[in-house]
Amino acid sequence: MLEARKAPDAAKAAAEFVAQAGRDVAFQLEACVHCGQCAEACHFHLVTREPHHTPVYKLRPMLKAYRRSRAPFAGIQRLLGLAPREPGAAELTAWSELLYDSCNLCGRCTLVCPMGIDIAGLVRRAREGMAAAGFAPEDLYKASGHALDTGSPIGVRWPALRRQIELQEKETGLRIPVDVEGADYLVILSSIEVIAFPEVIGALARIFRQADVSWTIPSAGFEATNIGVQIGSRDIAAALLERVVDAAERLKVKYVISPECGHAYSALRWEGPNLLGRPLPFKVVQITELLDQLVREGRLRLRGKDARRLAFHDPCQLVRRGGLTEEPGRLMDAVSENTVRTPAQGAANFCCGGGGGVSAIHRAERLRFAAFELKKRQVEQAGAEALVTACANCRNVLEEAIDERGMTLPVLGLTELVAQYLEPEAAKS
Amino acid sequence: MTSVGLLEFARGPALWFSLGVLIAGSLWRVFAIWRLGARVDLSEPRSTHLAAGALRGIFARMLIRKDFRNSRNLGSFNAYLYHIGLAFIVFGYLPHIRFVERLTGIAWPALPGWLMYVAVGPTVVGLLIALLERLSDPVRRLLSGFDDYFSWLVTFLPLLTGMAAVNQSPALESAAPLYPLPVAIHLLSVELMFLWLPFGKLGHAFLVFFSRGITGAALQRKGAAI
Ligand code: SF4
Ligand code: SF4
Repeated sequence: MLEARKAPDAAKAAAEFVAQAGRDVAFQLEACVHCGQCAEACHFHLVTREPHHTPVYKLRPMLKAYRRSRAPFAGIQRLLGLAPREPGAAELTAWSELLYDSCNLCGRCTLVCPMGIDIAGLVRRAREGMAAAGFAPEDLYKASGHALDTGSPIGVRWPALRRQIELQEKETGLRIPVDVEGADYLVILSSIEVIAFPEVIGALARIFRQADVSWTIPSAGFEATNIGVQIGSRDIAAALLERVVDAAERLKVKYVISPECGHAYSALRWEGPNLLGRPLPFKVVQITELLDQLVREGRLRLRGKDARRLAFHDPCQLVRRGGLTEEPGRLMDAVSENTVRTPAQGAANFCCGGGGGVSAIHRAERLRFAAFELKKRQVEQAGAEALVTACANCRNVLEEAIDERGMTLPVLGLTELVAQYLEPEAAKS
Repeated sequence: MTSVGLLEFARGPALWFSLGVLIAGSLWRVFAIWRLGARVDLSEPRSTHLAAGALRGIFARMLIRKDFRNSRNLGSFNAYLYHIGLAFIVFGYLPHIRFVERLTGIAWPALPGWLMYVAVGPTVVGLLIALLERLSDPVRRLLSGFDDYFSWLVTFLPLLTGMAAVNQSPALESAAPLYPLPVAIHLLSVELMFLWLPFGKLGHAFLVFFSRGITGAALQRKGAAI
């Protein structure tokens, strides 16, 4: 698949678009009434006002291929010369920007469409065609190569994680279990957490210590993110997932904890079994879900609350697309006494701008910084003094955008915030 | 052909042919998609009430979600206007009910005549606004093609010809209306719409249940907002 970029092949892309069009996809491709409402939901369109940033327009090459070869009246249309032409290489090259740079797979458009078309899901499908045929952004091919070679899209290997674990052990005075066979929970991490927010490892150690959770980190198969899902390659996605499954099976765990990363959750929890073609041999639990459960069961004892005006940034793949609608709010209430709501918070929240692989595409940087404008306005409207989120990628993207604007607005990780308000004696014991 | 002859044609072969195309075309469109098949989702569902999710999808998307209501989606309020107006006129107008009764034996109570006259105005205006928006709004213009404009035309024509035929309508019951031509033209315009409906975007009349249902069920499965 990675070789495809050397010789982009439009016919291959068209064939893959068509192959993706099973019943559910076809019904949705057919149902659009061209009302344009999805444009008003997409942050990229809202900031650029460019008509071509209309979500459903991003699907045009896929739609054309489908209409030509698979739609109910395709045969007659071809006979009459009325079928659309297959998308060509120039068109697909142009659409690479639309299907990747300006789509976070965030699903806000899906939520607004009066026809109930899951546009984000269709973009994800269309990316399969783009990636297989060599039309995905070069940065994502490179990241995929890194992930296949090293396990991580940015080349984070075990020695780097081990170093961070050692530092966190020093920091917390707690032993961090590695490769413990028979542990209940397997903690996997995103590379961004390992590199930029390693404190989350210490936070988990403190939390699990107090809640008496049996857990471990694997020395192989620890990467939670899945670049295969983002670039749109089921083969790469499945290969990367196998590593996590191998680690879980090797260590005989009952649960795998999907960490603070939205797409990692989607990739493992919802796409994982379908990519692998079999149910997972463990349960997937997102860290927010687990923390909420531990608090509600009384296994985590919290003391004190953050007094700042904190706003929660809902990671799209956890909340809107992932179904974790209640947990983050309950956790926020547990640790913050002054939570403020930004407009459209919850299911209709705006994406950070970096989801769906966009944060890894350099040429998309300006666009995603521009998209931050909406978030900025919302944060200012709510009068938030800090943002809290449960996705390291969101956190990183938000921090970059905040920096770019010259703003001062801390962005906190929810897990770390919970750890900060653990009852101290128990945390140290 | 005399106007009586034209009316006979419109009520006879043209009607049956267009109804045949409407039904066969729509059934084929659904069947051809259905047979593409769906893969079983192997992920562990958060909720198994998928039918409820599909129904919620179908009904919830009838209303614009609170978070998205703003002055910019005025167009969608217009869509309510002409959809409701068309439903009133198509299903509530006595001559239409009699027409369906003549074909199928099924009848239902009509809405008062004055309501029809009230409904026609906003519906016509609504459809005209829809067209103007499609032509003037950059997003909709970009998305639109022949199907959009032709579908608009075949929806608008029956309304227009219907207004011209309105005084003839009681005569629909009998074999020979006083002025058969306007009724014949009205019927033919409706038949044109029947002929086009299965093939273009007007198919959303039935496709909407599938697309909303599929997404509703998928979101319900994840426990996500519908
Ligand atoms: S909102 Fe839905 S129906 Fe309207 S243009 Fe977008 S995809 Fe099509
Ligand atoms: S998924 Fe998000 S980013 Fe992509 S088109 Fe829809 S609203 Fe825009």
